[in-house]
Amino acid sequence: MSEKADVLIIGGGLMGAASAFFLRQRGLSVLLVEHDRIGQQASGVNFGNVRRHGRPAEQMELSNRAHEIWTKLPALVGEDCEFLRTGHLRVGYHEADEEALADYASSVRDFGLGLEILGRKALNERFSQVSEKVKVASFSPYCAHANPRITAPAFGRAAARLGAKIFEQTICESFGRAGADFEIHTRDGRRFQAATLLLTCGAWTGAMAAQFGETVPLAVRGPQMGVTEPMPYALKPVIGVFTEKLEQMIYLRQIKRGNVVFGGGGRGPASTATRRASVDPTITLNQFRQLRELVPALGRLRLIRVWSGVESYLPDDRPVMGESAAVPGLFYAFGFCGHGFQLGPGVGATMAELIATGRTSIPIAPYTIGRFGSGQGTERSSSRRLH
Amino acid sequence: MPDIVIIGAGPAGIRAAETLAEQRLPVTLVDEGERGGGQIYRRQPAGFRRSYASLYGSEAGKAKALHDTFDRLKARIDYRPNTLAWNIADNVLHTVTGAVARRLRFDAAILATGATDRLIPVDGWTTPGVYSLGAAQIALKAQACAIGGAVVFMGTGPLLYLVACQYVKAGARVAAVLDTSPLSARHQALPRLLTSRPGLALRGLRLILQLRSAGIPVETGITPLAIANDGANVTGLRYRSSSGEIEELACDAVGLGYHLRPETQLADLAGCALSFDETSRLWLPKTDPDGRASVAGLYLAGDGARIAGADAAEISGRLAAYAVLADLGHGVPESKRRALHRAARRLERFRLALAQAFPWPHWLAGEIADEVLVCRCEKISAGELRHAATTLGAAELNRAKAFSRVGMGRCQGRYCGTIAAEIVAATCGRPVDGVGRLRGQAPVKPLPLATTAEEAA
Repeated sequence: MSEKADVLIIGGGLMGAASAFFLRQRGLSVLLVEHDRIGQQASGVNFGNVRRHGRPAEQMELSNRAHEIWTKLPALVGEDCEFLRTGHLRVGYHEADEEALADYASSVRDFGLGLEILGRKALNERFSQVSEKVKVASFSPYCAHANPRITAPAFGRAAARLGAKIFEQTICESFGRAGADFEIHTRDGRRFQAATLLLTCGAWTGAMAAQFGETVPLAVRGPQMGVTEPMPYALKPVIGVFTEKLEQMIYLRQIKRGNVVFGGGGRGPASTATRRASVDPTITLNQFRQLRELVPALGRLRLIRVWSGVESYLPDDRPVMGESAAVPGLFYAFGFCGHGFQLGPGVGATMAELIATGRTSIPIAPYTIGRFGSGQGTERSSSRRLH
Repeated sequence: MPDIVIIGAGPAGIRAAETLAEQRLPVTLVDEGERGGGQIYRRQPAGFRRSYASLYGSEAGKAKALHDTFDRLKARIDYRPNTLAWNIADNVLHTVTGAVARRLRFDAAILATGATDRLIPVDGWTTPGVYSLGAAQIALKAQACAIGGAVVFMGTGPLLYLVACQYVKAGARVAAVLDTSPLSARHQALPRLLTSRPGLALRGLRLILQLRSAGIPVETGITPLAIANDGANVTGLRYRSSSGEIEELACDAVGLGYHLRPETQLADLAGCALSFDETSRLWLPKTDPDGRASVAGLYLAGDGARIAGADAAEISGRLAAYAVLADLGHGVPESKRRALHRAARRLERFRLALAQAFPWPHWLAGEIADEVLVCRCEKISAGELRHAATTLGAAELNRAKAFSRVGMGRCQGRYCGTIAAEIVAATCGRPVDGVGRLRGQAPVKPLPLATTAEEAA
């Protein structure tokens, strides 16, 4: 069996599923091949932060593109994915943090985040659940959170409704060429081909890129997530701690059903071979301590579940996004360093734009795979469409 | 000296601890209960003075022997009551006692984690007054309380008749005993029951006769339809009889249960392989005949490995201890080990015959109305689960959990997991082992956020 289309996407996480959706909107035919199920790894197990707050100014146009899409999910994909615009509160335990938070606010003032710096008095009035130990905070009113377990699958189903062909539990065994086209061979003997290949396999993309002569220093780790039993819905904003100390760096959100989801304070081991990541019990117990410090009332709840998943990180904390530096027609979107969930829909829209038109207004040059100096691949690019 | 830890102080855990202590090996025994003994030989709280005969009936001698062994053993081992084993990985057991978390490094761990009730939802099953069979028995044994003034016991399995008889003996009014298993299944299994354990089989028959002679209606082959309520409490029960008629009964409490399911979360978290057991339609940890799991250093014993009852638990506890001894290079009395194996094989034949006599009624999965809650922790109905399985394409159980939230609450699928698998399988037209099983995730039971690591305390 052989399938052919304009674009072949390997990897059905949020990036791949959203790319498939927006490519179909632009009228290109799409094949999406997923090793397991849509959105099962990093896209499905992350914290669910739909947050612009704290991102560097260089990423803000991409983040803003995603921000626009998140508010239109019901119209676009048919469901809201439990998107809840609650605001995001970044808190500091030291008065000296105020300067850094204010500096950040001014660095992104042109991007419409509407940040407010809150002192102790304002915190007492507006966020009384937060501990007295918090001295200062930056509040981002338009940030939100959503349910990662259902978001990528919603994009996948919407893409399929628009005509994308999605092949789950289909394992890509090798890459080849069919004339000018890329061709992949699957473990069960099927072939898929297209003139354009988009690799969006998260932590697994590193090994694939290497086959095209492009090596990236990708580290594979797992987030350390947990969720409590429900309590009455009271804690509106997503809260994250602004600190240099890893053990204090935790974040939490309460969902409308009442459960409090949390994570942070370090990452655990993960493996692309076993496709599993684990939660370190020591980190869980440290998270308890940090949660009690941050919101003392949480000390009365119980943890009901922990989880992790396979994420990928790059040393400069930036993703890889854009066209291959070595092979024409090959594109990448991976390595989102634990902060790709909010970007996801924007990445999909941008990759679709780039593939369909050869250009994008979103500044993604910092994310080129060529920055790792490995563009000396076996296949050299003859025409560069990126600018 | 090697570090050996046993989880669970029921019949399996106590016999394992005894066997190891006899060889003067240091043993740590971790138990969630306040007093050792486990569930079937659960001890009454301090200050209660009922006799062994009144509490354990025909099993009084065994209960007393086990408790006496434990009382002698307690001072010679590191016994940790009121302690939850909440996680296990890389030869470390993570426990919590009160609000103090401790790490226990081990060379060998025997998981004797026991079982809980296996339930099937029916319209009205979350009404106050509906209990699991196990809970109905604990109320009686621990607190000398009945769950109601007119109780119907419904479900299937030997526990159904045992608990009903215990209630009658204690003076409670039992309105009826309703069994989903057809009478024909019991007749077919009877020869195997009698040849494998004649004494126990006859005791079981005697239980049924006792109920009948007390004038209690005992029906087989029924289909549960609904538990009625007045908006607050149970008022009655509706079922379809084996001849197809709709029957109604008045009652103020229901004891519900369809056999037991092993508590396999620790084995799963430790990475032990599980395999599907066709007879019980449960996923059970793989073990060799001595109880060795697929992961080196881990052993399983008792109902936590497979549901075979207290006698089998004592045997498997001793066998697991022998396996630990052998693997640590100690001598094992071979003739005793062979005798235990012979006994275990006979009990295994009885287990298979019991499963034939009282089949798990998986066919009820298709009868559960869409509005009925399957996951009571998260309030997810059968209809929502079916929607995830069909419209959202989640023909695998963990996927259905991710989309529907079934199994995501406080019990983490311990109570809804087996029936949720049957519902997904029936809805998708797949065999139940084809939809998988809920993967274990820590903590084994809810863990207070007030918990502090011992070294930090």
